[in-house]
Amino acid sequence: MQVSMTVNGEEVTREIEGRLLLVHFLRDVLGLTGTHWGCDTSNCGTCVVWVDEKPVKSCTMLAAMAGGHEVRTVEGLAQNGELDPVQRGFMECHGLQCGFCTPGMMMTARALLNENPDPSPDEIREAISGQICRCTGYATIVRSVRWAAAYEADRAEAPAATTTGGAP
Amino acid sequence: MTTVDDHKPAGFEDNDQHPVGHGRMLRKEDPRFVRGRGNYVDDVQLPGMLHLAILRAPVAHARLVSIDTTAAEAHPKVKAVVTGATLEGLKLAWMPTLSNDVQAVLVTDKVRFQGQEVAFVVAEDRYSARDALELIEVEYDILDPVVDVRRALEEGAPVIRDDIEGKTDNHCFDWETGDAAATEAVFATADVVVEQDLVYPRVHPAPMETCGAVADFDPVEGRLTLWSTTQAPHAHRTLYAIVAGLPEHKIRVISPDLGGGFGNKVPIYPGYVCAVVGSIVTGKPVKWMEDRSENLVSTGFARDYVMRGEIAATRDGRILGIRTHVLADHGAFNGTAAPVKYPAGFFGVFTGSYDLEAAYCHMTAVYTNKAPGGVAYACSFRITEAVYLVERIVDCLAAELAMDPVELRLKNFIKPEQFPYTTKTGWVYDSGNYEPTMREAMRLAGYEQLRREQAEKRARGELMGIGVSFFTEAVGAGPRKHMDILGLGMADSCELRVHPTGKAVVRLSVQSQGQGHETTFAQIVGEELGIPPADVDVVHGDTDNTPFGLGTYGSRSTPVSGAAAALVARKVRDKARIVASGMLEVSADDLIWDKGSFHVAGDPSAAVTIQDIAMRAHGAGDLPEGYEGALEAQITYNPPNLTYPHGAYICVVDVDPGTAQVKVRRFVAVDDCGTRINPMIIEGQVHGGLTDGVGMALMEIIAFDEDGNCLGGSLMDYLLPTAMEVPDWETGFTVTPSPHHPIGAKGVGESATVGSPPAIVNAVVDALAPFGVRHADMPLTPSRVWDAMRGQARPPI
Repeated sequence: MQVSMTVNGEEVTREIEGRLLLVHFLRDVLGLTGTHWGCDTSNCGTCVVWVDEKPVKSCTMLAAMAGGHEVRTVEGLAQNGELDPVQRGFMECHGLQCGFCTPGMMMTARALLNENPDPSPDEIREAISGQICRCTGYATIVRSVRWAAAYEADRAEAPAATTTGGAP
Repeated sequence: MTTVDDHKPAGFEDNDQHPVGHGRMLRKEDPRFVRGRGNYVDDVQLPGMLHLAILRAPVAHARLVSIDTTAAEAHPKVKAVVTGATLEGLKLAWMPTLSNDVQAVLVTDKVRFQGQEVAFVVAEDRYSARDALELIEVEYDILDPVVDVRRALEEGAPVIRDDIEGKTDNHCFDWETGDAAATEAVFATADVVVEQDLVYPRVHPAPMETCGAVADFDPVEGRLTLWSTTQAPHAHRTLYAIVAGLPEHKIRVISPDLGGGFGNKVPIYPGYVCAVVGSIVTGKPVKWMEDRSENLVSTGFARDYVMRGEIAATRDGRILGIRTHVLADHGAFNGTAAPVKYPAGFFGVFTGSYDLEAAYCHMTAVYTNKAPGGVAYACSFRITEAVYLVERIVDCLAAELAMDPVELRLKNFIKPEQFPYTTKTGWVYDSGNYEPTMREAMRLAGYEQLRREQAEKRARGELMGIGVSFFTEAVGAGPRKHMDILGLGMADSCELRVHPTGKAVVRLSVQSQGQGHETTFAQIVGEELGIPPADVDVVHGDTDNTPFGLGTYGSRSTPVSGAAAALVARKVRDKARIVASGMLEVSADDLIWDKGSFHVAGDPSAAVTIQDIAMRAHGAGDLPEGYEGALEAQITYNPPNLTYPHGAYICVVDVDPGTAQVKVRRFVAVDDCGTRINPMIIEGQVHGGLTDGVGMALMEIIAFDEDGNCLGGSLMDYLLPTAMEVPDWETGFTVTPSPHHPIGAKGVGESATVGSPPAIVNAVVDALAPFGVRHADMPLTPSRVWDAMRGQARPPI
């Protein structure tokens, strides 16, 4: 069957098997390997992407179901070459080690901040509770998201201010 | 350079601008990971690549009667179907394990655990390969399985390993350490003896990335390139050469980014060998990625020790001796990845951090119808089990003596002046200063205040527990005269080249699984050479481009390879001194090293930088007599001893009296890993290990039913901690450098996994003290805690 969707702002159309999972469509068909696969049971959340700006587990959605929708992956998180504050927060606060869960965590974190620009640590923990990280112990992920929230609050207060570092 | 553990508030600094060396620095590998540009094995796509799927046994113990692959072979997208019989023809049906046992690559005679590899299919895509598995028909003659480790040696038990000539039982090995008679003498005269049965259940490291490989065999060159999830690429290459008969120089093992390892990616699994065979028989690149269930049911498990601990002491709390008997479940094949002379890993450090008069351990290991493995999950070669044993039994003694568990530990610590300290089981602890570490943990936790709070809550009927553990680790295997894996000495090599412009590349034999080697090793070299870590590229995980070494596990990267990196940089610095002496026209002895430059003694203005020196060393000008040019070196580091990090952990739990749910409210971890290279990375290592500890203590178990069915075969059944189950970790540190490591560093990767489970269990048992509970085994799930509260605590297996 043929499926068309928008992925990271670009229209794509491909001929696929009806049973193809969205995660495999993104990884194997489009070559967007930033989205990972880690379990069979939608427990681990390494496959989280956005469909119409909501985080979903792409291992439990058929590619065909995403037809006509807007999909965003970690590759589409940076805008115009500038890292999203969430990406910078993860680097600043050591919110990643092996990097395998990181794309999914960041997609959930970005969606959370879009809904709630000043989440408490408990709210952050709740938001990522459907995702597993084996390396960080989560505390630094919470700090990373808080860093991004604080950074965006600072930037909103002083829109003219330039950043002090820039993306590495 | 600061070495504080604070994380900065909002603000963005580029820490790569630090001039040189140790200290908090953002990770060099992160920019690719946050962009989704990591390169894991499953990301490898080669032209014409095929996909491999493995058919696994549905039962634990069965004779293979027949396999019919006709229908699978007829599938239009299938390129090959391979069974054990095919592999027998290639003499590849069996492979050696890391413990000098053998393991079936594909079943030829008998299934020995549920999930064992029976056949594989290579097809054009992932889904078709799976489809074709359904078309393979296998007939099994089901046998009684051996599931209960306690009954494995009973008369008449089914013999699992009838492939071993003359084998008539399920005995794997016996091992002992210490002095049985001296220990018996101490126990016979002690005021107090406490005994406790303890089970450390089978658990699984479950890295987020499962195991897999892409094999690409070039029949013209006879050359195999193998991308695989391996923590030890060089050791694997040598083993492939031995197993497959391929010449070693024609094998290239690439371990790209790994999505966690925790010991799970140390062994060679049948799937890797199948991928190689698949590529050879099809002439195409072949990818195999196991799914999560395959990972949980068939790859390297951890623990599975049934222990009896005994401790002898004086009435006033001086510990005299520890004795233990262990029954070890090694599964169907002895796949333990440990130095060969250490079949029980480093369990021999079970005397912990205490100065004893005598100790003894006897261990019996058996085969059962379960997956092989045994040393994984950040365990430091079984020190996890050893620390759990000693730290639980010391708490049992404290309860018996009605002493505060901290007071009992303080009274028995090895004293700083006793180091280097030889334990009663023969381990030589290099350095330690335990009391300040314990007191720092008490200070951070507010220990006295916590005890007051607990007393108030108990009076109100609330269940609050405070648990303490103090561990000594033994990491950095190891001295090659004692330690080898299948004959390969456990040394590591390092190669450093300084380019003409003063930038450098360092090549390592160890392989990161998320530990941040690209950063830490750049910092080690930067510190020694006086160049910014940003100017040092770190190459690892590719046997064609790195020197030989045994890889990353057992927290050995910094103790072994880190020492190699520091020493190779010093060797390059010594060569730079010779070049500088020519440039400055003075004797090399008259030059003073100033972290990045040499100057003439007494004349700081007469100086040359390492960058100037690098250009001269590669340039057209004259070099000192005998100096051939370039600025590079290679060394192999054979550690003189292990390093012995230590730490003090305090855990605070609340137990809901209505539901028996355990909540870890606070966890204070004070670690001493000697010299700290990057405190941010160290803290991250500790956080991850503490989370493992919560998982093992409260949630995780790979259990089996009486038929040998694995009950932990998915992440719905095998529960891992999420952000909701763990607290905001509180960490601190002390620094006791290793006297023999070139920069004083010890390992830290597994400290928290080793040290945290007893602190959590001790806290839960402490919370349940009002019910008269003295011990309850992991995992402390609500139902198991509920039983303990009603006096019905039972072992999990």
